[in-house]
Amino acid sequence: MTRVFMKGCEAIAEAAIRGGCRFFAGYPITPQNEIPEYMSRELPRHGGVFVQGESEIASIYMVYGAAAAGNYAMTSSSSPGISLKSEGLSYLAAAKLPAVVVSVMRAGPGLGTILPAQNDYFQATKASGHGGFRTITFAPSTLQEAVDLTYQAFEYAQRDRNPVIIAIDGFLGAIMEPVVLPPFKELKEPPKWAVTGKKGKMYHIITPATANENSQQAFNLQMEKLYRRWAQEDVRVEEYRVEDAEFVFAAYGTSGRVCKSVVNALREQGVKAGLIRPITINPFPYRSFEKLDPDRVKAVIVAEMAIPPQLLYDVRVGVGRAIPITIVRASGGNIISQKEAVEKVLSLQKGEMDYEEII
Amino acid sequence: MKKLYSRPESLNKSASGFCPGCMHGTITKITAQVIDELELGEKTICCLPVGCGTLGLLYWNLDLVGCAHGRAPAVATGIKRSRPQNLVFTYQGDGDLGAIGTAEIIHAANRGENFTTIFVNNSIYGMTGGQMAPTTLVGQKSTTSPTGRDPALAGYPMNISEIIASLRAPAYVARFAVNTPANINKAKAGIKKAFEIQLRNGGFTFIEILSNCPTNWGMTPLETLDFIEEQTMKQFPLGIFKEPEEEIDKC
Ligand SMILES: Cc1ncc(C[n+]2csc(CCOP(=O)(O)OP(=O)(O)O)c2C)c(N)n1
Ligand code: SF4
Repeated sequence: MTRVFMKGCEAIAEAAIRGGCRFFAGYPITPQNEIPEYMSRELPRHGGVFVQGESEIASIYMVYGAAAAGNYAMTSSSSPGISLKSEGLSYLAAAKLPAVVVSVMRAGPGLGTILPAQNDYFQATKASGHGGFRTITFAPSTLQEAVDLTYQAFEYAQRDRNPVIIAIDGFLGAIMEPVVLPPFKELKEPPKWAVTGKKGKMYHIITPATANENSQQAFNLQMEKLYRRWAQEDVRVEEYRVEDAEFVFAAYGTSGRVCKSVVNALREQGVKAGLIRPITINPFPYRSFEKLDPDRVKAVIVAEMAIPPQLLYDVRVGVGRAIPITIVRASGGNIISQKEAVEKVLSLQKGEMDYEEII
Repeated sequence: MKKLYSRPESLNKSASGFCPGCMHGTITKITAQVIDELELGEKTICCLPVGCGTLGLLYWNLDLVGCAHGRAPAVATGIKRSRPQNLVFTYQGDGDLGAIGTAEIIHAANRGENFTTIFVNNSIYGMTGGQMAPTTLVGQKSTTSPTGRDPALAGYPMNISEIIASLRAPAYVARFAVNTPANINKAKAGIKKAFEIQLRNGGFTFIEILSNCPTNWGMTPLETLDFIEEQTMKQFPLGIFKEPEEEIDKC
């Protein structure tokens, strides 16, 4: 274990290499350029391959090829670039290929700004491409968490033969924090299903297509089973000072980080505040919200850097109608304001309740 | 008794689903024969396109990767860079390679990726029912150029081999046809040469083969042979556009 001071994007790139990543392809886009730059420098030293693709589309299909050949492969991009990768993500899911895709969200829609945002929550959790596939999507809120999750992401991808998304934003990508780096993993032989050349009469087929309606439905059912298993076994969440909380924040990533400070500040003023911070934004920790006691919890406050809100939908599904939900929000590159969040709770305490409706 | 002719080992025993008289069958077969002759069956990874070539998923007795429309050269890049010990080739149509996948083929060629592309140019989108392709001839009718391709609206056919040959990195770029036995033999020799160059890490190799689409050209297979000779070859002349220098010396 080595403890070093690193920038978010670089820490993720290093964690990937330590987790076994030996192939990276990407196309420049701010605010994630430090990932391909780091990979171009460091991967060849570990016997790995870096290719600068001619586009995000080409890059994800290079990853598709590397994954088909049994390599641990990764790509990264930011909002408009992730849109271009969405066809490839769908193909990875259809062809049952493992890969890790880092989405460093910036404000949108369109070209938007290069500043941090959480507008791509739906894209990262529910609509990463056509065809109704899902991914495990990690949303770290500290660099240590980003390192640990990236390191493990390759194992999840291989276990499920499915892409894994790491969703952060430009803020986490750019900040510097001390991180403990895990040891380099020993590289494995390509898995049995990989294309490595046929053996005798046995050849491998990696295909994003199915033969007919029944085999397609069988595939969809098989994947649904996998997604159900995630919901049972792979949900990760931090419940921070929730046991006795009357005001519970719901926030992930950078917003989750801000809300932790907000909870501490409120607790110092004697306000019983808590935080539910999804670490996997898919599978979503609905259970953490379902078990909130409506007799105790006066309000759930969704804090997200997205307008109109998106996380709100999942929180609503978890909370139901028994507890009022309200929001604190920002977008365009603005970070959730700690002051605004504190004031929100203080006004809620005074009974000034405003319900947030899903639009 | 000596067996003179049989189905190549590199193809399955399944019946062909290509339309009768379609040259996809010929091109698939001669490529499989080359793989057999070079004894590369256990070494080869084939990247299939979206188009009639996708049917190859049923025919090839090789390790196969189905790719998204136009992206096979990017997929092949990922495979070959991960496994340089394998022979990797893409098999792509002209809509796949010359329209939606233009960026991928040009940049793979320009990086000098050490794999081979077999480019099946039938001047039309076969699989989707005969729409205009970048390679459709001037005046040629298709379902989206019902009065014939009009250069004022749709530009001129793109000569992809010539474009690729204008790049510095590619090692071998050539255009063949399979409309006569002599041309089939030449095409086969070209594929063999491309694979041999790849095996000695010689760089990117590109084999264009003029093909037909009797179904969507609205011709009998025999009529397509004349059309290729008289029309297609005027726009797309056969020839070698680029080859490694040591090969030129040998000639
Ligand atoms: C992204 C995407 N766009 C469009 C299609 C539809 N499509 C399937 S095959 C094809 C054209 C194939 O034509 P060509 O590459 O010339 O091959 P041929 O069938 O003539 O051999 C198209 C447009 C698709 N599958 N994916
Ligand atoms: S549609 Fe055209 S290209 Fe496709 S198999 Fe039939 S004849 Fe061949």
